[in-house]
Amino acid sequence: MALFFQQVLNGIMLGSVYSLVALGLTLIYGILGIPNFAHGALYMLGAYIAFLLVSSAGVNFWLAMIVAMVGLALVGMLIERLVFRPLMEAPHLNSFIAAIGLIFIIENGALIIWGPDFKRFPPIYEQLYHIFGITITLQRIIIVVTAVSLIILMQLFIKKTIIGATIEATAQDRVGTQLVGINVNRVDLITFGLGTALAAAAGALIGPILLVFPSMGGAVILKAFVIIILGGMGSIPGAIVGGVMLGLLESIGGGYITTEYHEVLAFGVLVAVLAIKPTGLFGRQH
Amino acid sequence: MIPFPKFLTPKRLLLALLILLVLAVPLFVTSRYIYHLLIMACIWSMAATSMNLLMGYTGQVNLAHGAFFGIGAYTTGLLMLKFGVNFWLALPAACVVAAFFGFLMGLPSLRTRGSYFAIGTLCFGVIVTVIIDRWDSLTEGQRGLLGIPGPAPIPLPFGAQITFDTMASTYYLILVMLIITVFITHRIVRSLVGRTFRAVRGDEELAGSIGINPFRTKLISFVASTFFAGLAGGLYTSYIGFLSPEISDFHVTFEILIYCMIGGIGTLAGPIIGAIILPVISETLHALAAYRLVAYGVLLTVFIIFIPTGIVGGCKIIWQRLTGSRLTMENR
Repeated sequence: MALFFQQVLNGIMLGSVYSLVALGLTLIYGILGIPNFAHGALYMLGAYIAFLLVSSAGVNFWLAMIVAMVGLALVGMLIERLVFRPLMEAPHLNSFIAAIGLIFIIENGALIIWGPDFKRFPPIYEQLYHIFGITITLQRIIIVVTAVSLIILMQLFIKKTIIGATIEATAQDRVGTQLVGINVNRVDLITFGLGTALAAAAGALIGPILLVFPSMGGAVILKAFVIIILGGMGSIPGAIVGGVMLGLLESIGGGYITTEYHEVLAFGVLVAVLAIKPTGLFGRQH
Repeated sequence: MIPFPKFLTPKRLLLALLILLVLAVPLFVTSRYIYHLLIMACIWSMAATSMNLLMGYTGQVNLAHGAFFGIGAYTTGLLMLKFGVNFWLALPAACVVAAFFGFLMGLPSLRTRGSYFAIGTLCFGVIVTVIIDRWDSLTEGQRGLLGIPGPAPIPLPFGAQITFDTMASTYYLILVMLIITVFITHRIVRSLVGRTFRAVRGDEELAGSIGINPFRTKLISFVASTFFAGLAGGLYTSYIGFLSPEISDFHVTFEILIYCMIGGIGTLAGPIIGAIILPVISETLHALAAYRLVAYGVLLTVFIIFIPTGIVGGCKIIWQRLTGSRLTMENR
């Protein structure tokens, strides 16, 4: 039983990070309608910024995370303005190709600057807790708490502020939003920045547990897409529920069903779900 | 004066000239390196043409296309290496197996649309790669399949035979296969079936309302597309002689997708032009050493922003401006 709870805890930890990445992705999809494949590369960039600040400059972990988020928000806005805005009127496939181009630029740029080796964060929150036979490090608790707080903050931002309201309005009806005098270009810019900031937060949080390396975004971006498809593209609750579900599925499935094929469980489940419900669990009908 | 034959339109003459030119390549190419580039260009042209059939004409972005290429490649490799099957049986088998998996995959996935279809198929592709990677007893996993023989000679009457042991003969074999693939694709897209493909691409509901079954149409297109992906994979195997699981993974799909998009989707020439030009650019960028892939990314992104319809689409727009003619639906 202890093993089971251990796996559940691990699943929740993984799931909360997945949710953060997926939340950013789904926000961007909801507003701009583009599947941003470069999201994983931005997540990697966030992890690197936090890692460098902590390990080389000796900056406090929290400050490093915030700097990474702000930095990536700026990078995200720059990308939106330079790459995705000119492609707004073009077919989605063009945005997809542009995103692949961005992955080439960012991943190989990171490879050139920081080299191919895996980086390990210096130990930060290493305290161990033993509860009912389960062992958990403080680091993991911090990940879950921070991820949940960020998700709540994001939700409050969207529901309680004027900027948030314009984001929600744009997601519901782009033309209508323009008609009432809201600058949708600015909404696009802000949304993209928010989304990439969330990716950076996820990268900075998971960095101390996993390792930091240039291609770390690859596996995460695929899973984030699985999550937002499962939850229905553009749906915020879908991204959160989907993220936790995927985390649990991976850790419990990996512990009990198959270790050899555990990383494809998620993809198999997605194919199965789509076969039964082609618009995802929470997706709107076409 | 002899009347000018009607079937000799300028377009056909140009095409005939082009085919003569590619057939004459062995007369002036001796370098193995150039042959290698040409053969790979033919193989990727075939893969891109098959992806274009579904993506460009039917409007469905199958991100498992590399997986079907890999299924074709592994079917050929395993049949030849482990079961000693002749290449000329293994190659059609690869096409059939890839098309069969295409059928199985198409049944559930084609109910979804747009991004859902793209990501759903991407997941299927990942599953295929992992299975090839882990199923050691069959596929040798990470070690890969080594020493896959080339095509067996074709016996001719009177003791003569066509062998495939030189670069030139391999080039001809793959070139002929490419021409056949493009010709069949051309026949498909110009037929009534091809028109239903484009109707579904335009608007599924509308197509449905005039009596086209969108699901069946998409499935036909999907199976045909995976059939030719399998063919390209099989030929790749016989040429390279070595297979590892990476040949089925999503990077291959992205590569093929880039060829189609840069060349111009929904056109016959586009994917071929993309598959020829991009590897050449990539090779040229080797001079930049470490910065090669960064430069490639920049080129890709800038190109797709400024020439969103690809090389063929861009040329058509320029042609249109020069002559002032309008594009009709037929030659779009």
